[in-house]
Order: sequence, then C-alpha cells, then structure tokens
Amino acid sequence: MATYAFVLLAVLAIATALGIVLNKNTVNSVLLLVLNLLSVAGLYLLLQAQFLAIIQVVIYAGAIMVLFLFVIMLLNVDDEESLFDKFRIRYLLAFLLVVVVFGQILYSLGGVAEMLPEISPEMAQVGTVEAVSEVMYTNYLIPFEMTAILLTAAVVGALLIAQFKIKKDEEDE
Amino acid sequence: MAEAEVNSYLVLGISLFMLLNSAALTVYAERRIASFIQNRVGPNRVGPFGLFQPLADVVKLLLKEDVTPIHSYRFIHTIAPIIPVVTALMTIAVIPFGEGIYVTDINAGVLYLLAVASLGVYGVTLAGWASNSKYSLLGGLRAAAQMVSYELPLGMALASVVLFVGSLSVVDVAASQEYWWYLFLNPLGAIIFIIAAFAESNRTPFDLVEAEQELVGGFHTEYSSMKFGMFFLAEYMHVVINSMLITTFFFGSYHLPFAGYWLPEMSPLAKAILDVLVFTAKTIFFIFVFIWVRWTIPRFKYNQVMNLGWSKLLPLSILNFFVIAAILFALNAA
Repeated sequence: MATYAFVLLAVLAIATALGIVLNKNTVNSVLLLVLNLLSVAGLYLLLQAQFLAIIQVVIYAGAIMVLFLFVIMLLNVDDEESLFDKFRIRYLLAFLLVVVVFGQILYSLGGVAEMLPEISPEMAQVGTVEAVSEVMYTNYLIPFEMTAILLTAAVVGALLIAQFKIKKDEEDE
Repeated sequence: MAEAEVNSYLVLGISLFMLLNSAALTVYAERRIASFIQNRVGPNRVGPFGLFQPLADVVKLLLKEDVTPIHSYRFIHTIAPIIPVVTALMTIAVIPFGEGIYVTDINAGVLYLLAVASLGVYGVTLAGWASNSKYSLLGGLRAAAQMVSYELPLGMALASVVLFVGSLSVVDVAASQEYWWYLFLNPLGAIIFIIAAFAESNRTPFDLVEAEQELVGGFHTEYSSMKFGMFFLAEYMHVVINSMLITTFFFGSYHLPFAGYWLPEMSPLAKAILDVLVFTAKTIFFIFVFIWVRWTIPRFKYNQVMNLGWSKLLPLSILNFFVIAAILFALNAA
C-alpha cells in the first residue's frame, strides 16, 4: 500500500516538476509548483515526518506560492518564449549536462533494492513536533536564531530598496 | 497518528454527511433570520416553514445553463470551485465532537488546520484570475490579500491557546477545557480569533471580496449553475467550520462550563450523547452569530480592513502571546 502511494506521489512530483519548466503559461507553472510541493509533503508523510509535511504545506504551498501567484497576477507577466525556438550550442551543452546528471542519479538509485525504508518506532518519533522543537531549541539554537535574523534582514532590505525607489521618483517629479 | 478504526470511519461518514447538509440548512437559516431582522417573511412556501427551500434551490442550480466565458482559462475556471469545498471538508478530520469521538488525532492538528485554511485561498484567487474579467480579478486579489493578512493573527491566537495546552493536538485542546474554557483564561485571544475567523470566511463586515456595489459579484461574477453553487456551498461550509473552530478552541468544545467541578459521572453512552449535543448547540449558536452580524453591521472599506489586520490585530495578538507566555513561565517556575 505504502509503496503504491510512494510511486504515485513520486511520479506526480517528477511530472509536475517537468511541467513547471516546460509550461509556457506562468500561472500554470505556479499551480504545478503548488502540486509539486503538495506531493513532496505527501512523501514526507509516508516517511512519518508529519511535522515536516504540514510545515511544507503551511509555508511553501500556503504562504509563499500565494505571494508568487499574487505578483504574477498583478504584474501580468507575458508568456515566456519557447526555449526551443532557436537552436544554440548552449542548449546542446545544457542538454548533455542534464543527461550526465540524470544518469548519475539513476546509477546511484539502481543500487537501492527497496524504495521505502523500514520505519522503526524510534524513527517515527524523530518527526514529531516535540522531537523537532527539542533539537531546534537546544542543540541548534544559535543557527536557528541566526536564520531568523538573516530573514528579517532580508525583509528589511527589500523594504528599504522599494522605499528608496519611490522617494527618488517623487523627487524627480 | 492513531491508527484508523471502524469507529473513526463511522465518525467521518456521519460528520461529512452532517457538514454537507448543515451548509444547506445554514442557507435556509440565513434567509429566515435575515427576513426576521428586516421585518420580512422570507421563504415559507416549500414544505413546512419553507424547510425544503434549499432542495428547490439545488435543483434550480443544477438545471441552470453552465456558462464558461470564451476568453477564460477553461481548465482553471473549472477546478477553482472545487478547491474551497475540498479544504472545508478536510478540516473535519481533526475536530473532536465528544470525548473519544473524532476521526483522527494528528500530533500537529492545530498546524494541520492552519495548513488547510491557507490552501483555501487558491480557490478564490484562481477563480478571479481564470474568469478573465476585471471585477473577478479585483475580487480574487482582494480575497487573497485579506486571507493572507488575517491568517497571521489567527495563527497567533491559536498559538496563545497552545501555550496553555502544551500540545498541538486538537483533541488535547478540547480535553484540557474541562474545568476552564480558554475564553476565560485568554479573552483577548478569543476576540482576535473570532474577528480573524470572520475575515477568513469572507463574511460581513469583511465581505469586500464580493462587494456588490463595487465588484458586481466579486470573484464569482463569471460563474453560473453548479460551479457557482460550489462557491456558495463552500462559503456556508466555512461558516459552519469556523463556528466549530471557535467552539473548539475557546468555548470549551464539548464541555459544559466548568463541567469538571459539578458534572457527575455518567455512563459512556450518556456522556457521548451529551458531548455531541453540547458541541452541536454551541456550533449552532455561533452560526447564528455569523448570520446576526452579517445583517446588522455594514462592511468596512478596504483600507480599513487592511489597517485593522496588520496594524491592530497582529501586534495585539503577538503582545497577547508574549504576555501569556511570560505569565505561564512565571507560574511554572514558582
């Protein structure tokens, strides 16, 4: 049962990931990305990491992607030109590189006999809220706080840049 | 996560059935209460007291022509109405209706509720965008902005409740209110949560999403037939769900006030029946409040909505969270 769910979710994740890149319509790409994030959340659930799965949905699918959608709708981004209109040597090199990387991934996956690992009760405990918070607020407290500061700095920086432009425009007029 | 049992499938079936029907009944209740408030009669022809009116409405919706605008994005236009219905139905999975009467007990249930609520935004936004009409797009964008803004105070209010419980499981939240409801322990959180819940379900005074005078019908201007019916159904299901959440988190869930102090021991069956009755009664009361507010208070202007959300409710909810955390820490340390 779990294996079938895994195959379904994995295929969905890969198919939507391809769809994001190949789709010409930006809004469709965003929706496919949401589907991709949801299927990855499903994979986390299969590994008994409930907390990670739910956080994935709250933050990525629920918050960040809504903002993506918002920006695309407001800016009215035009459809991208097709990648394959003109043949260039760069695309050929990129294609070869992709084939090499893909082959490597397939080779390394070939060694794994079973798709899903056996999940012991101790492993299932690692994914709970209590376990995650305990590690986060004891062993990794400083990296955690540093990340928070970094993110705040990024937000303030973005606001400053945006405000700066507005003020300059006003002075010009 | 608890293993699924036959019992939990039974609860799931009954609760889904009740939720779907409660949406229809809420529509009827809304029309009757609205007409009472406005000194009218309201629908009273179909069946006793007009109770079969929702059935007639559904038949009408199903028989109407389903129009998709030529320049719309057909696929997204079609799937958009399904999303809010699905998210409303998903919520029911973690709500406890009585002692031991719940579908599943997820160890991060409160976060699950927030996750599902945050996905509901897509339906409205995509409907607005896919219709390819100015009014729909404006309605959809308003909806997205409003729901994203009010998720934050909603989450902070829930976090202040979680501080008391010490667990993210909704079942634990309900069980811990046997003696004191969180309304009494955390009144500010309750007020913030109720306001945010009104905004999340896009009801008056926050119904700018479909403000008729400015936006025709808002995000569902270009929808007809059962696709419109789905949005309609989802709106009323969200009213019911939000009433359940207000009950669960702040009004003692299935407990009578201070039940732990005076309620005698009862047989499991009697206790189960009492629990479900108490929960249903509270939910019905809050549905009534939702309707009552809609027909009493006019809607805000859009800048007022955003101002209230970001510069009043959000700082207030963060402050509330910190004060409660500090008090609880001091009490535990002493």
